[in-house]
Amino acid sequence: MKILDSAFAFSERTLSVRGQRMEVLSRNIANADTPNFKAQDVDFKSVLSGAQSARTMKATHAGHIHQSTAATDANLVYTIPLNSSVDGNTVELSVEQAKYGRAAAEYQATLQFIQGDMSGIRKALKGE
Amino acid sequence: MSMNNIFGIAGTAMNAQILRMNTSASNMANSGAVAGSEEEAYKAKRPVFEALLAEQQTNSKFPTLGGVKVTEIAVDNTPNSSMYDPGHPSADENGMVFLSNVNEVVEMVDMLAAARSYQNNVEVVNTAKQLMMKTLDITKA
Repeated sequence: MKILDSAFAFSERTLSVRGQRMEVLSRNIANADTPNFKAQDVDFKSVLSGAQSARTMKATHAGHIHQSTAATDANLVYTIPLNSSVDGNTVELSVEQAKYGRAAAEYQATLQFIQGDMSGIRKALKGE
Repeated sequence: MSMNNIFGIAGTAMNAQILRMNTSASNMANSGAVAGSEEEAYKAKRPVFEALLAEQQTNSKFPTLGGVKVTEIAVDNTPNSSMYDPGHPSADENGMVFLSNVNEVVEMVDMLAAARSYQNNVEVVNTAKQLMMKTLDITKA
């Protein structure tokens, strides 16, 4: 089902990157009280350039699986805190919470786009 | 699936914060304890947190990489204060008893901070759970 693959592949990868960012942010919130923990975040720019670069393998056969554009450790950057703390922890809880809330909204937005795609294809299939 | 890991990570954090609250409760409970020598007197306990960064530190069946772990319960070495109370059954030959070095105000603040951190992680789990449910509902569109 090539048409369905091409319709959902993009959103699927977006969803996985968004999910990974939420995981990274949840790590920061979990370690809010851990001494010397350095907060991390996903660098969207490097994920994007990784997805765009020619380094990714091309699927030239129907049996090939698309390489996922998952955010790897290479795409993680250390957050620079607004204020420093005595114990060397760079997690700023309110900042991380705001980021987490935004990431959740972005994840939900991606879900909405997928739902839109699906209802569009469903309409086309019904031919009404 | 990275969204699944959030539950494990927040779980380790909640576990660590509960342990922190437990040590605070233990310190508070023992704050009135007295002893006949400074070595025997109660000393406040503090949990030491560490991030789970290496794969081998975690249980492979339950992904918690990036979570928290309590590595040890450290002992607060603030000197214990002593009190002259010759009538006390555990008083030493000079009539002194040694009190615990627990500071109730510090323990209260620590307990509140632990409770807040716990709540934060509960919110993280709730948000992740809602998003997972919404992801499952995609097919209903």
